[in-house]
Amino acid sequence: MSASKSRPDRIASHVRDMPPSGIRDFFDIVSTMKDVISLGIGEPDFVTPWHIREHAIYSLERGVTSYTSNLGLLKLRKALSGYVEKTFHVSYEPANEILITVGVSEALDLAMRAILEPGDEVIYHEPCYVSYGPVITFAYGKPVPIQTKPENNFVLSAEQVAEAITPRTSAIILNYPNNPTGATLPEKELKAIAALAEKHDLIVIADDIYAELTYDGEHVSAASLPGMKNRTIFLHGFSKAWAMTGFRLGYACGPADLIGAMMKIHQYTMLCAPVTSQEAALEALKNPDVDIQEMKTEYQRRRNFIHASFSEMGVACPRPTGAFYAFPYVGDLGVKSKDFAYGLLDAEKVAVVPGTAFGPCGEGYVRCSYATSMDEIKEAMVRFKRYVDNIRARNK
Amino acid sequence: MDELLKLLKKNALETPEDLARMLNMPVEAVKAKIAEYEKSGVIRGYQAVVNHDQLDLNLVTAVIEVKVTPEREGGFNHIADRISKFKEVQSLYLMSGTFDLLLFVSGQTLKEVAYFVSDKLATIPGVLSTSTHFMLKTYKENGVLMHVENEHERLKVSP
Repeated sequence: MSASKSRPDRIASHVRDMPPSGIRDFFDIVSTMKDVISLGIGEPDFVTPWHIREHAIYSLERGVTSYTSNLGLLKLRKALSGYVEKTFHVSYEPANEILITVGVSEALDLAMRAILEPGDEVIYHEPCYVSYGPVITFAYGKPVPIQTKPENNFVLSAEQVAEAITPRTSAIILNYPNNPTGATLPEKELKAIAALAEKHDLIVIADDIYAELTYDGEHVSAASLPGMKNRTIFLHGFSKAWAMTGFRLGYACGPADLIGAMMKIHQYTMLCAPVTSQEAALEALKNPDVDIQEMKTEYQRRRNFIHASFSEMGVACPRPTGAFYAFPYVGDLGVKSKDFAYGLLDAEKVAVVPGTAFGPCGEGYVRCSYATSMDEIKEAMVRFKRYVDNIRARNK
Repeated sequence: MDELLKLLKKNALETPEDLARMLNMPVEAVKAKIAEYEKSGVIRGYQAVVNHDQLDLNLVTAVIEVKVTPEREGGFNHIADRISKFKEVQSLYLMSGTFDLLLFVSGQTLKEVAYFVSDKLATIPGVLSTSTHFMLKTYKENGVLMHVENEHERLKVSP
């Protein structure tokens, strides 16, 4: 009888060697504390609009509880095709260019697994959402993060992309408006990056989940640029713009061959997205502008408030132009992001996420989500200032 | 509607400093604009939204539909103006449909409201008929729910 594998060995090495999310240990500490004001939350504080919830309940009453087509309900894909065309100015065929997924997270995973050969490189920009690197690694690809620069307000430059491209590069992930920095990508830069994608025959994964939450100017998706539809996988979902995170509903749009390949994996691993969530999404798309505009206006007020508060307390913070995050710099206080975040939590019971959780170039920064009520933001800013003032007094 | 008014309608206690931060405006400009709204009568007052059911007040509120004869000169305005001056009348609207005026009337007792309807309201020249409905419970007022919804536990930190 052969000896059983030792415990570490029975986990595949590419999983074993993956460090847990930097957010996780912070979460564990915060969740043990009482009365914490959290600016650490990456989801809307709004409840899903009532008419959407009510429609989901109605679908259950009607007994809509079965599987759907692998691609998702055709009527939902049709509605999405209309919404995407109207909002992002690119048109997709409901029959074979749209795939409904379990959140954008699944869509991203499918995209990686569909396009990567082992060792293929994928470029993405840091600081970024915590999943990109791991999802690439789990698909046997090689993550190639680019450190965006604070002096550019964390906007990715085409120049940096050009430097990172090698013969093994197969794709580039773009996520603007950005989590965690709140930055958006100017159209000029996007066009230059798109030109590079064309030149080097790269696929662009456009994670446009925060697109509707663009405050100054209009969001332009990579997919909508001339000639780019054929090499772009457009990722979007209902979590942020409609406050539907728990419904877990996203979708991918792209050329039929790429969507077909993603569908093959989805078919064997997920089968289909939950039908109740798909029904809710159908309702969300009936009159989307009203719900979105209301939330966007509220986020915009909070963005203004939090940005004004940081500048009043003399903390440098690039003005966020999208999503619901501010990314202030606290490095000049002589503390590391992590120590600042733990100290703030300990002294003032305010939770922010250390910038380093989103990549090494987040050092010196903390992410403050303003997806929390205005009253909480006000109190959090009072405490933040008190904490910063104390550090400054100590430094003297 | 102006963003400033929207914010004040939501919370009239918002300070000019906080309003300035939210609207990305100088504090002085916010103060001036509020003063202007008050002076021109766009802002007519500031009130708390009170859940009366939670207090032991014995307050009776009736909703009264009133049919009236409009006057040759002044239409409904003259009679509406006259009715609105009674302190018992909390709100008064001109309506389309099967009746003309809708009143919200409050009193300490049923008798008090009944007295107002029979002795004051119904006897006003031009009032043809009244139909009184008593309010039993308030669920929502001015966009504010009168009960607290159970909070769902959100993750305190999420990516």
